[in-house]
Amino acid sequence: MDFIRFIAGSVKIIFQGSKTYYAWLLFLLLLILWGGLGYSTQLNEGLIKTHMRDSVSWAFYIGNFTFLVGVAAAAVMLVIPAYVYNWKPIKEIVIFGELLAVCAVIMCISFIIVDIGKPMRFWHMLPLLGTMNFPSSMLSWDFFVLLTYLLINLVVVIHLLYRLFYKKEYNKKLVITLVFISIPMAVAIHTTTAFLYNALPARPFWNSALLAPRFLASAFCSGPAILIILFQLLGKFTKFEIKKEAIWTIAELMVYAMFIYLFFTIAELFKEFYSDTEHLLYWKYLLFGIGDNKEIVFYSWSSIIMGFIAFVLFLIPKTRKNFVTLNIGAILIYFSVLVEKGIALIIPGFTPDTLGQIYVYTPSMTEIRTAVMIFSLGFLLFTFIVKVAIAIMFEDYNIDVINKKARIADRKAQPSTN
Amino acid sequence: MKKNNTRRSFLKNVSIASLSAVALTGCSLKELDQFFQKNFRTLSKKEVDQIIKDLKVEYKEKYGKEFHVSTKPATEGILFGYALDLSRCIGCRRCVYACVNENNQSRDPQIHWIEVLQMEKEKGIDFAHSDAYYNPVKVPEKGHFYVPVQCQQCKNPPCTKVCPVKATWTEPDGIVVVDYNWCIGCRYCMAACPYGARHFNWGDPEVPAEEINTEVHYLGNRPRMKGVVEKCTFCIQRVRDGRYPACVEICPVGARKFGNLLDPESEVRYILENKRVLVLKQELNTQPKFYYFFGV
Amino acid sequence: MKNENHIRIKIPLQYITLILVLVWGWGCNNKEKAYNQRLIKNKVSEETNKPEEYAVEAPPFSEGIYPCNDCHSEIVPNPDKRELVDMHDDISAMFNHDRKNRWCLDCHDMNNRDSLRLASGKLIAFEESYKLCGQCHGEKLRDWKVGVHGKRTGEWNGKKEYLLCVHCHNPHAPKFKELTPEPPPIRQEKIQQPLLN
Repeated sequence: MDFIRFIAGSVKIIFQGSKTYYAWLLFLLLLILWGGLGYSTQLNEGLIKTHMRDSVSWAFYIGNFTFLVGVAAAAVMLVIPAYVYNWKPIKEIVIFGELLAVCAVIMCISFIIVDIGKPMRFWHMLPLLGTMNFPSSMLSWDFFVLLTYLLINLVVVIHLLYRLFYKKEYNKKLVITLVFISIPMAVAIHTTTAFLYNALPARPFWNSALLAPRFLASAFCSGPAILIILFQLLGKFTKFEIKKEAIWTIAELMVYAMFIYLFFTIAELFKEFYSDTEHLLYWKYLLFGIGDNKEIVFYSWSSIIMGFIAFVLFLIPKTRKNFVTLNIGAILIYFSVLVEKGIALIIPGFTPDTLGQIYVYTPSMTEIRTAVMIFSLGFLLFTFIVKVAIAIMFEDYNIDVINKKARIADRKAQPSTN
Repeated sequence: MKKNNTRRSFLKNVSIASLSAVALTGCSLKELDQFFQKNFRTLSKKEVDQIIKDLKVEYKEKYGKEFHVSTKPATEGILFGYALDLSRCIGCRRCVYACVNENNQSRDPQIHWIEVLQMEKEKGIDFAHSDAYYNPVKVPEKGHFYVPVQCQQCKNPPCTKVCPVKATWTEPDGIVVVDYNWCIGCRYCMAACPYGARHFNWGDPEVPAEEINTEVHYLGNRPRMKGVVEKCTFCIQRVRDGRYPACVEICPVGARKFGNLLDPESEVRYILENKRVLVLKQELNTQPKFYYFFGV
Repeated sequence: MKNENHIRIKIPLQYITLILVLVWGWGCNNKEKAYNQRLIKNKVSEETNKPEEYAVEAPPFSEGIYPCNDCHSEIVPNPDKRELVDMHDDISAMFNHDRKNRWCLDCHDMNNRDSLRLASGKLIAFEESYKLCGQCHGEKLRDWKVGVHGKRTGEWNGKKEYLLCVHCHNPHAPKFKELTPEPPPIRQEKIQQPLLN
């Protein structure tokens, strides 16, 4: 009962906001509608509405899934430096990180649902009810690990907000244990997703041992970028306070991650280009195209250039400490990793295909619309839960406020009892 | 006390609501049965018989013909093997279309389980420079040879390893099969297959009723549905009855050989022992049971 | 007091549930193992690879050409190597089977045209023409006998019917003719949902 009142109270908050807030909601709802209509054609006619075919059987959806797993992982990874550097708003950082992780994981699961041929048969993946191919199949591992991660984050976040709402102390043992578990889980989800690709000797482009480390490094580049921007927004519009130095430290950590990522990429490029085996074909397609097929060259180079500019902006202390260039860098690195995971990772893995044939893949309108729908839903959900979190954490929105309102409403209904 | 009542009534309301939601979806009992059908390997004989009965009714409705759906299991002491003579194949693609007809593959969107690659004799087996779309007036073209590729029925298949729901497995007689009613369509197996042997029903498969083959096997050539993966099954409906696969029978030059690897008198064993066989992408250790050799 | 009772009931129930769940899971796994044991027991098969006994399909005679002795019993045989200009001139014109050294009567018996002749002079029926080809093409014959060269139809584990050499190779011009290939697969870029009529 208490829990239902908490949920009801949270829902109330969602419907209170400024004009900008409602404009943002309307914008997202329109995108969701547009995207949803696109998705409905795919539901009717099948995945043939996408541009995926036998040669390129995974593409835009799985690429976005991979990117979002990275975001989900990195959001929680920030807890480590918060703890190590003893940042004051560590509780808030944990909560917002986990809120972002929850949204990202829900978006991941949505991308999987829209990608598989028979989404209603998802229960086949469950142990006992279905036949889970554990431990052999990396997809089973990923399914299990993602759900566990989602549950842990949900429990921590809901518990903290719930207790705050009722002005009670939170269960320290429970929260700290779960947060400590969620950190290796964050590493686990992204490593498992990397292993999904790594496990396929049929695809030499992904069969490199460096794939999992590259994934983690790129996640550490892109995830904190969102949080940097979020914390600045929160600092401006709410009572949330975070020292400038904390944001700069996050940026510094991102520089390390970017450097490691750069180094790993150079290591991969050297191995392929110097050895000059047939496996070089995939990298050639990515960076230079094969013959007339140069479709993703634009994407790969824009990803590289954006990432490089972001690296330089973050590296030079002057540009790192200037919030304008910092934010530009954050946005650049976010999109760099988005394009890299979404397109530059998946497509060259399948081009040329196992029998040497080239199928030219570009996302179809249906895929773009469906992806827009899922991203908009994710942003919407994130907006809602952040709003609830802000209200409970910074604006003293709690059970007293609800009770007070109820008492006022009661008194109005019964005019003269005394 | 009050707390318990509200909790109880809450639970009651939720369960009534969910049951009515299910009822309102309009699913018939039969559809619900089909939805909850389990993995083929865990079904009892009675359940399998019921499923076959329902399938026959479904196919009769769709195609207007009586189907014979077999669930014949493997025979012990048999391990199917295949050998293809690269010196003989002329790239005529009669095997491709014989397979399409025998195995009820979708005509539109088109699915072919066999892909024939044209390669240059000078370059040898070189996938990167091969061509699957060759269309000269006559074959074989001078200076070229032809490599048909289909499911290699590996002994160490990367596809069965990665299926998250165990919808694909190796039968005791060596054929790698797919349970179409269990496959969730995630296409991980397609990413894992080094030979491009697995194909997905991106749209609703379309087979004209006059061309449909009514002799089917549950795990083989029965009509499939949108959203599941399919592949060559060595014509499981034929070979478990002692017949040759359709591709072997149609090949006009006798390039295709088939038999029981465990029978020392079979032609595939003779080939393994006397000819120089090779397998595709040997370094991947998939151990295919599909061997290529040069008869001349 | 109430709490104690509550806990006492709870713990065994948890364990019971856990055990039931594990047993169910183990049962499902066992089902898959049991599936692999459901095999048909082997019957003794008969491979008809025995030498000297090959069930072959009927030789591909042109219409009305056989029996040859219908005409040749009346004709006086001419043993001189030459181009034929009367009957069988079409064969003579396209003859391309070691043309420099061979001609008709090397394989066709001069005196009994309903038979073929081996190098030793032994007569064999047209149904056994593989023995004739095998004299020079011994390796092919060895492969043909086990089904590795040429074509056999029938059952992979039972009766088989062989196609003779001449079913695929015209004995007078044995080189394989080129065929028209079946259409290539549709480019995957062109595969779309068919328009509903």
